[in-house]
Formats: sequence, structure tokens, C-alpha cells
Amino acid sequence: MLSFIGRSVIQKAVTLFFVSVLSFLIIHLAPGEPSQVDPLNPKFTPEMVERFRKAFHLDEPLHAQYLHFYSSLLTGDLISWKDNRPVLLKIWERFLNSLPLFVVGTLITWTLSFPVGIRSAIQRGGVYDRTATFLSYLLISIPGFFFAYILIILVVSRFHVPVIGMETFGMAEAALPRMFMDRVWHLLLPSVLSASGGIAILSRYVRSQMLEVEGQDYVRTARAKGLPEEQVHYRHALRNALLPFVTMFGLILPGLIGGSVIIESIFSWPGMGRMAYEAILARDYPVILTVNFLSAVLVLAGTFVSDVLYMVVDPRIRL
Amino acid sequence: MPDPVEHAAVAEQEYQAPEAPRRTRLQEAWDRLSENRLALAGLAVFVLFFGVAVAGLVLTSGVDPVLDPAQIRLQEKLRPPLSRPHTELLTAEEAPALGVYLFGTDDLGRDVFARMLQGSWVSLTVGFVAVGISVLLGILMGGIAGYFGDRIVRTDRFLAVFLAGAGVVVMTAGSQALGIAILAGAVAWIALGSRIPRSAVLGGVSLDTLIMRFVDIMLCFPSFFLILTVVALLPASIYNIMIVIGLTSWMGAARFVRAEFLSLREQDFVTAARALGVGDWRIIFRHMIPNAVAPVLVSATIGIATAILTEAGLSFLGFGVPPPHATWGNILSDGKRFIFDAPWLTFVPGTAILIVVLSFNLFGEGLRDVLNPKLRER
Repeated sequence: MLSFIGRSVIQKAVTLFFVSVLSFLIIHLAPGEPSQVDPLNPKFTPEMVERFRKAFHLDEPLHAQYLHFYSSLLTGDLISWKDNRPVLLKIWERFLNSLPLFVVGTLITWTLSFPVGIRSAIQRGGVYDRTATFLSYLLISIPGFFFAYILIILVVSRFHVPVIGMETFGMAEAALPRMFMDRVWHLLLPSVLSASGGIAILSRYVRSQMLEVEGQDYVRTARAKGLPEEQVHYRHALRNALLPFVTMFGLILPGLIGGSVIIESIFSWPGMGRMAYEAILARDYPVILTVNFLSAVLVLAGTFVSDVLYMVVDPRIRL
Repeated sequence: MPDPVEHAAVAEQEYQAPEAPRRTRLQEAWDRLSENRLALAGLAVFVLFFGVAVAGLVLTSGVDPVLDPAQIRLQEKLRPPLSRPHTELLTAEEAPALGVYLFGTDDLGRDVFARMLQGSWVSLTVGFVAVGISVLLGILMGGIAGYFGDRIVRTDRFLAVFLAGAGVVVMTAGSQALGIAILAGAVAWIALGSRIPRSAVLGGVSLDTLIMRFVDIMLCFPSFFLILTVVALLPASIYNIMIVIGLTSWMGAARFVRAEFLSLREQDFVTAARALGVGDWRIIFRHMIPNAVAPVLVSATIGIATAILTEAGLSFLGFGVPPPHATWGNILSDGKRFIFDAPWLTFVPGTAILIVVLSFNLFGEGLRDVLNPKLRER
């Protein structure tokens, strides 16, 4: 166990190093210079460009820039090129905005997927199963932005509530229940949207996992010794079918960062996805690279956590 | 006179001789596919979409297209679907060829039907070219890792290639002379490398490890964000989008092909082929790839759906094909300002994307059931 942890930590550190090199190269070798982002601006004289290049080490060779960048990222004093604010602070603020979306979306996904998937597995081939299957394909296939507009039209014209942004302007003085409801309405649509794809995929996965276990000998034995169906499904089958999902707790970790660019820009939600999008438009390399780096860290941490969890939960696995 | 017992044995042998299957694999697959009505519907829509896209290319391109997607008629803006044009307000060449705005007009009075036709070709090519790139790359990488995976890449060679890469980077990044020097050194190293005695080499990494670690690295990137970054930095063009989507989505195919190759490599028919003296490449192309292609085909079909969705998302955010050209994503993106006054600008392209992507997904899943005997009963 310890040697597995040690090996995988080293391996992940090496991977992370290569990711950092690769993303740095992709950004810096792309055509165009960040200092020339606004060539039409009359205030941007050649001297200013020169000063800009000097201030952010853009006049140095690439490997020196790489060292500058990642050492200032690790010490935490990396600043954005656009507003000179610390990048980590900026990301933290936006992260706090994205967090409710992520939490509510994940809760919706996990609470809906399991009942749906289990029921379609038990009633395999029935009307319920086929409907759920078709609906989940529909949810996977619908473009997020189109679905968002359908929901906006529905909710706005039926319930007459504002949904764009994080809260209605001027709500700060309203009574507490009204303010709360306002926040809930604003939170609901984007989180339902970010959950929709997850529900479709996860419920299909639950279904196939459940079917796999239902075909095992011990389930037949349980049925043969006369246990009631309920007990067969929920005691014997479900418990074993749940094993792989423990690992998925690790895999939802990367969803923490990044958020959804499209959903956040439709709903004017000032979250991480929007910030990353704005940084890309403004060629704010420190922000882009930091978001990229952090999400790579989360992906690696996620796979690590899921490997370890799997080993803890399933005694058959010895890596 | 033959011994009767022996005679009976021969007759029995004849009786048990393997009969050639009367039905080809393709026919069997088709039979199984036709039981799955959803997958069949997916296939039908897919064929229809293909026809529409080709028709769209023919009808909307050229100097004087039959249906002009760029024709602006400001007096006819935001007309609802199926409305007749006010012919008295239009000059002869402005009048729509069909005599009716099938899907309405947008805020500049352009015919949405013509624009949808033009956009269908974009969606089709993005889907197929991007997935073509990713499948080729996936088969190449996965095939190498699976078949030649045991070969050791000597550390010094690896370092030399790394050095060559660094040379190219230095060359493009500034000091040319230094870059060329590094590159020349690396090339010389590789060329002379075989003279270095084996004992002097530090050891090495297997090719399999090398490729699969690279796959791990690629999987660390948040894909939509990476595509968005690269597309935003590169000049706007549909080809860049296809290439970038292709280059960021080959990892799944590579893993499938590697897994298949690892198990196929140990099978008897490959050993037999090798014993007969068949060359590596012939074994790979003639014996292994046909057997490994099933999961790749499925993931490619679903990959087309994903690529179409990604392109639509990029167009929606304002990246991608430059403005006068229509794509389904940018029709929807332009229409979002009129969502309550002209909902057809949202619903027509949205529904089109939904139907096409759904059909690819359903067909892909049907294909998976057909091609994977283990899942057949599930």
C-alpha cells in the first residue's frame, strides 16, 4: 500500500511537470504576442509595449520565463497581466462563486441518478427502462446552450422570476425569505443544466453496473433460498453494484475548477468558467496557465484518491 | 475392402466437417442492428443528414447560389417560419428561390433555411475530419504501444529526441544559431547512437510506458478549455477547429486499440501468422486491425456527435468560422438576443443539432451492442 502510494505520487509529479511544460509551450508558441493584444489603442506606444515586456519578463528566453512563471505561482505572488491583482486571489473569489453551482449540481446528479438507474435495471426492457434510456440519450445529445434557452423561456414566461446573474439587483434590502427565494431561483437553472449531462451518464452507468451484478451467482442463490425480491435487489445486488461508484467520488474532483464556460456566460454567472473565458479573450497568460495547472492537479489528485479508495473498499484489489 | 468401423468413422468425420457459415458477419450484424429500432432510426437520420449537407454545399456555394445564405433583406427581417415574402418590396434577385421563408428570416432578413443548409456542411465536415484525425492518431499510437510496446527506448535516444525538440523550440523562440546547433547535435547523436556500446547506455523505458504516459499527460488537460484556448490564439478558421478537436480527442481510441492489440498479440492466429514468416506490418494491418476496429468504430461514431457539439459550442461563444459564413452554432448565438421575439432563431438550429447528435449517439450505441458479443444479452 505504502509503496503504491509512493510510486503513484512520483509518477503523478512527473506527469504534472510535463503538463506544465506542454501548456506553457502551447500558450507561448501560439502566434501573436500578449503585449500586442490591443494594437489599435493609441495609448499603446512602442515604449509602453517595451515596458510591459520588461515588467513581465517577456523579453527573456522561454526557459527563463518558464522558471519565473512557475516559481512565482508556487510562492503565490503571481499577478494577472490585466489588473495586477494576485492570480490566486482572483481565482479564489471566482471559485467561491462557482462552488454553490458545483455543490447543488453534484447533489442533483447523485440523488437522481441512482433511483433512476436502479429502477431501470430492475425493470429491464420495460416501458420505464426504455423511456429512461431514451431520455438519457436526449440529455447527452442536447447542446447545453440550447437546453439553457428552453429552460429560460419556460421558467421566465411561466413563473415570472428573473434567472440571469447571481441575484436580482437591489435585493439586498429585501426581506430575508424573498432574498432567499431569489437566490434559489437564480441558482436552480444553471445547476440543473450542469447536472443534466451527469444524470444521463451516471444513471446509465448505475443501470449497467446493477445488471452486471444481478446476473451473478450469489444473486441467484439469494433468490433461490426464497428471499423477498426487495431484499435480493437492495441487500445483495445493490451493495455490490455500488463498489465502482466509490471511485467516482475522486473523479468528480476536477469538476470543482473550470466550471462550465458556456453555462456561466449564458447566465452571467461570475464564476471560474467565465473568468477563464475572459482571460483567454484578453490573453491574460498567468490566469490561463494557472487555471490549467490547477485543473491538472485536481485531475491527478482525483485519480489518486479514487485508486486509494478502491483499494480500501475492495479487498480483492491489490495493486 | 475398407474396414466397416473405419468407414463409419470417416462418414462421421465427413458429417462433422465444419460447414462454412452461410451468412457473412456483415449480414449477421445487420440482422442484429435491425432489431434495435432506435439505432435504425439513428442510421436513417444520419444518412438523411449526409444528403442534406451535400445538397447544402451544392445549393449555397458558388458565385450565384440557388439559395443565397448571405442575401440581406432589411425590409424582411425577423419574419416567422413559413411566411411568404412581400414580393412587392423585393427586387427580383432578392426574392427567395423557394417563394417562402421555410424557417423564417433573421435580424438582417437572411433566409434561415439557406443558412441552415450552409451550416449543415460545416457540422458534417467538422465531425468527420476531427474524428478522422483522432481515430488515425489513436490507431497509430495505440497500435505502436500495443504491438511494439516491449521494445525499449534507450535513455540516450530519448534524451536526444528531447534535445531535438528543445532545439526546435529555441529556434522558433528566438536565437536561431543556438537552436540549429542544438538540433544538429541531437541529430548527430541519433545518427551515431548505434555505435555507442550497449553497456554504456543507462537503460531505458519501454515504448508502451512512454506512449501511455503521454496519454496520461494529455488526459490532464481540461479538454473544452484547452480547445477554447488554442482556437482563440490561432487565426479563426474552420480547419484549425477540426485539427484542434482531433488532436485533443485521440486518447480514448489509443487506449482501446492498445488493449485490443495486447490481447490479440497473444492469440493463436497471430502466432501462426508469425510462424509462417509474415512481416510485422502485414500482421498489424491484415490480421490485427480488422479485429481491433470494432470498439474504435463505436467510439468514432459517438466522437462525431461530441465533435459536432464542441464545434457548436465554440461557434456559440463566437469562435470558429468567420461571420458571414453560417454554422448552426452561430445562427443560434446570433438569435439569442431575440429569444422572446423570434424563438425560431433559437429553436431551428438547436433542434437540428439535437437531432443530428442524438442520431449519432443512438447509432453508435446500437453499433456497440451489435459488435460486442458480450453485451448482446444485456
